[in-house]
Amino acid sequence: MSELSVEHLLGIKYLSTSDINLIFETADNFKQVINRPIKKVPSLRDITIANLFFENSTRTKLSFELAEKRLSADVVNFSSSSSSVTKGETLVDTVNNILAMKVDMVVMRHPFPGAGVFLSKNVDSKIINAGDGAHEHPTQALLDSYSIRERMGDVARKKVVIVGDILHSRVALSNIFCLQKLGAEVCVCGPKTMIPKHIESLGVKIELDLQKALNWCDVANMLRIQRERLEINYFPSTREYSMLYGLNNEVLDSLDKEIVIMHPGPINRGVEITSEVADSDHAIILDQVENGVAVRMAVLYLLAQKIRH
Amino acid sequence: MQKRTLLNTRAFELTVNRLCYQLIENYQDFQDAIIVGIQPRGIYLSKRIIERLKEINPSTHVIDGSLDITFYRDDFRRGNEPLTANKTEMNHLVENKKVILVDDVLFTGRSVRSAMDALLDFGRPKQVELLVLIDRRFSRHLPIQPNYVGSKIDSISSERVEVKWKETGGKDSVVLLMKKDQNE
Repeated sequence: MSELSVEHLLGIKYLSTSDINLIFETADNFKQVINRPIKKVPSLRDITIANLFFENSTRTKLSFELAEKRLSADVVNFSSSSSSVTKGETLVDTVNNILAMKVDMVVMRHPFPGAGVFLSKNVDSKIINAGDGAHEHPTQALLDSYSIRERMGDVARKKVVIVGDILHSRVALSNIFCLQKLGAEVCVCGPKTMIPKHIESLGVKIELDLQKALNWCDVANMLRIQRERLEINYFPSTREYSMLYGLNNEVLDSLDKEIVIMHPGPINRGVEITSEVADSDHAIILDQVENGVAVRMAVLYLLAQKIRH
Repeated sequence: MQKRTLLNTRAFELTVNRLCYQLIENYQDFQDAIIVGIQPRGIYLSKRIIERLKEINPSTHVIDGSLDITFYRDDFRRGNEPLTANKTEMNHLVENKKVILVDDVLFTGRSVRSAMDALLDFGRPKQVELLVLIDRRFSRHLPIQPNYVGSKIDSISSERVEVKWKETGGKDSVVLLMKKDQNE
């Protein structure tokens, strides 16, 4: 019998390796559930979950909402554009108002790093971080590692390269923590302007040459260039980025082995990855999306278990 | 802790045998039937029954499955112990099938209720029957009765029935564990 060591999912940083493994084992069961004709279980039928998205999101929100509904939870959605936030209300007030309507769990995406941690200290509810600024995006990292485990049997001792904008990416940071906790080796690759200073202190390898990075790795996780976060030009042109860091068939053919290709979406076809590669058998991009629902169901289920009557 | 043996290895074998013949009487060639073990402990009995049915008539083909009821339990967030799920292996839908649910011990009936809920997510069965090795009488919380019973016992709630299997390193047997009287 086991349960999570944490009360909230704020970041991978706070999880233990056995927490991650428990989430994966539970997700195995839910993956089976979502592949049946009736894709639903009644576990969370007396739980209400609020999805608070203070930043745009399509697939994460959809994935969470599906996960919640497949656990039979009641769901309310809230996005900042249609809320009182624009009228000057503070985060704690907004959330407390929602909790006053008897909400048990909060899934939150927020542009500010640490928003989830702040909220967990100030309100009485289970908080799940669905992305906080450039800090963490724990469920994405969990589903990425889960997909590697599913495809390759295990995550331990695998070599994973994360390619792209490491500087602005919460996916990269959460992935680094998660992969390392599971015993994988991690390398980051991208233009020097997009590799954060001192990132080697996290114990990751830095490689500026994509070809070398790919020759080293078993799995390549290609990140999207997040134009919306780029306040200055970090590289001369998209064309140049795509020439140096884009994944195409020629680059893959030049390797002496087959590697697994991942992408957290949404894909900019022709920029970080070409259509042929994204649609090839090496890519597990759509498996990641499917696994996302199962992993999020596992997280919600395991945290809900800690809400006592 | 005091122990009392309810079924020794010989009686255990005879009981499983009798249950198999009772099933054969009602299902003959097991067409349209599906034997479903309730996780975690019911699957030992369901596997044993299928094994034995094949020994009795080697041409018997029985569809089987194992059903995990964790996500359907009515004590989620109510007990002190966290609930951990087991594997569900249902490779066939139960739509229009005659289902025989199998568990080792029937006590409050709550597991069976959960199992019936879980089962319905795999289709609408034509009929559901319940087979148990041990029926702890007079302790039901729900109106659930078994169709096939290995052995009936009367016990109080502080006592525990333990079914041991050779598959898990023990000898096939059933024992009743009783807490010692505190005054002793």
